[in-house]
Amino acid sequence: MSTVVAKDRPRAAVHKFASCDGCQLAFLNLGEDLLLLSSLVEFVHFAEAGLVNPEAPVDIAFVEGSIGTIRDVERIQRVRARSRYLVAIGACATAGGLQALRNLADGQAWIADVYASPGYVESLETSTAVAQHVKVDLELWGCPVNSRQLIAAVRALLFGVVPLEEHDKVCMECKRAQVVCVMVAQGLPCMGPVTRTGCGALCPSFGRDCYACYGPAENPNTEALGRRLEGLGIAPAAIGRRFLAINNGAPPFTEAGLRRVHGHD
Amino acid sequence: METGFLPRGRFQELLAVLHRSGYRCLGPQVRDGAIVYAAISVAEDLPRGARDHQAAGHYRIEQTASPRYFGWANGPQALKPLVFAPQEVLWRARRQADGGLELHQEMPPAERLAVIGVRACDLAALALQDRHFLGAAGDDPHYAARRAELFLVAVHCSDPSDVCFCVSTGDGPQASSGFDLALCELDSGFIVESGSDRGAVVAAELKLEAVGADARAAAARQADAARTRQHRSLPGRDLRAVLFANLEHPRWGEVAGRCLACGNCTSVCPTCFCHASVETPALDGGASVHARAWDSCFSQGHSYIHGLTVRSDTRTRYRQWLTHKLGSWHGQFGRSGCVGCGRCISWCPVGIDITEEAAAVCTGAADE
Ligand code: SF4
Ligand code: SF4
Ligand code: SF4
Repeated sequence: MSTVVAKDRPRAAVHKFASCDGCQLAFLNLGEDLLLLSSLVEFVHFAEAGLVNPEAPVDIAFVEGSIGTIRDVERIQRVRARSRYLVAIGACATAGGLQALRNLADGQAWIADVYASPGYVESLETSTAVAQHVKVDLELWGCPVNSRQLIAAVRALLFGVVPLEEHDKVCMECKRAQVVCVMVAQGLPCMGPVTRTGCGALCPSFGRDCYACYGPAENPNTEALGRRLEGLGIAPAAIGRRFLAINNGAPPFTEAGLRRVHGHD
Repeated sequence: METGFLPRGRFQELLAVLHRSGYRCLGPQVRDGAIVYAAISVAEDLPRGARDHQAAGHYRIEQTASPRYFGWANGPQALKPLVFAPQEVLWRARRQADGGLELHQEMPPAERLAVIGVRACDLAALALQDRHFLGAAGDDPHYAARRAELFLVAVHCSDPSDVCFCVSTGDGPQASSGFDLALCELDSGFIVESGSDRGAVVAAELKLEAVGADARAAAARQADAARTRQHRSLPGRDLRAVLFANLEHPRWGEVAGRCLACGNCTSVCPTCFCHASVETPALDGGASVHARAWDSCFSQGHSYIHGLTVRSDTRTRYRQWLTHKLGSWHGQFGRSGCVGCGRCISWCPVGIDITEEAAAVCTGAADE
């Protein structure tokens, strides 16, 4: 492996907003390739890896996490202003994350229920995707994203080409892996037909139903899938909750979920 | 050519002869709730007593006390994944010091593979894939390599499923060509016929018994029953003219409301051959792996040309699938692309039925 450090390496930053930090592990889990990667790009800010310089201008900014506080709203503007190419990584950054469930409820009431001194918690009423605040050049979906996605994006940017968007349905990957369909053969409420590829059909290959952690695929027919899940005997509210899970903030899922949870069209 | 009778208790000898001739044997097995092909070494590996219950969007296996190994119709796989791999590396490129590229073609491992339990529809589909991949434009090397050493042991269908309609397409339920050996399974054993020289060699080694009059009569009754049991059909063998005369039929929009555009139908269809090219460069940019992977006319990328997606909605994607499969295949291959296996009906997560959709568009009959 050649780890000759390129002279004018593009500079990169990894910023964290409201998130569990899991997507950043897709970098840290690269192993030996992490050395190669840092010979190709210079990480100037990556707090989880011990590099702290959040205000440095960079060529590529990876943003993990959703926008959930008033400080986040200001900080994402500064990140955008200092970055040539902004890549949102993971369900929080692309759809607001699990924490976007508060957008559909009384978030302040939840805070009051959970915390002894709710006055110390300064959260916005909503948790939103990065693209709702600034221009995002590329979104990598998934909860969490994986190393393969990150490498493909970085490599494309280094080549100077637009990274390919992966947005086919999980079913395509599922069939390429020759997995027996869990919906047809077991009647499980699989979300694969409306969900974006990227995971390699991980759940169906272990005999369970996809729970949509990669967000909506292109051209998703949530209505037809919802009807099918009803046909499997699942109650409308339960179907709604399958849409309102990790990617509840992605518009096709928000709409499909609310329609079933509240039972109106 | 009829060659003789193999009593049930001697089935293992067929596997033994094939193994001795250097073949690895693949046979049907129940895995994850369906019949799939997997390596077998002994007759006990076969799905004895298994029955499949298929309906639109539905597949279940029931275990019965029947002694039969092949008393089911089919599973999600045909021969397609064995010859046109779902994803395979075609070549690798490496950047040289002088800026040139070194290319290395990657070939599938050469092996002799015997597949036990192949159906008439699978053979008809294989003949179509042969025409595509081994066509006038030259052989596809990867397909050709996998195809060359395939030894096919067909089984005439005794128990078509509820979604089978090979009688309507003229492709089954009896295998008539394209096999090395064909078996007719009876409770007592198998009537074996050979369909090729190498099939005849294997049959000769088996020292088959004469076929009794009772066995012959039972086989004929079974074949008739299999034929009459099918109740689905297409509205005709050549639907090219009527399909293309109905490109604006309202049914296309209606089916688009039900269709997930998920590509399960095209993936399980034994004749569909569309693929995408997938380039995976190494992180250091010095090498790249070029693979092909099954694609589908239901994906966005399938109709993407620079800056434009020709078929951006499900209406036009479903219409592409049906008008190609049942229409323009005639111009390309001299017949329809459907062999009546019913897989696209069972394995469609929402149970869309190609025979119903074709009827609705071609006859205008409202079927609600
Ligand atoms: S198991 Fe799920 S992802 Fe796989 S083909 Fe079936 S519906 Fe699609
Ligand atoms: S179109 Fe459907 S029934 Fe016809 S060959 Fe393909 S999968 Fe089988
Ligand atoms: S017809 Fe069925 S299997 Fe085919 S794309 Fe539509 S929903 Fe998927």
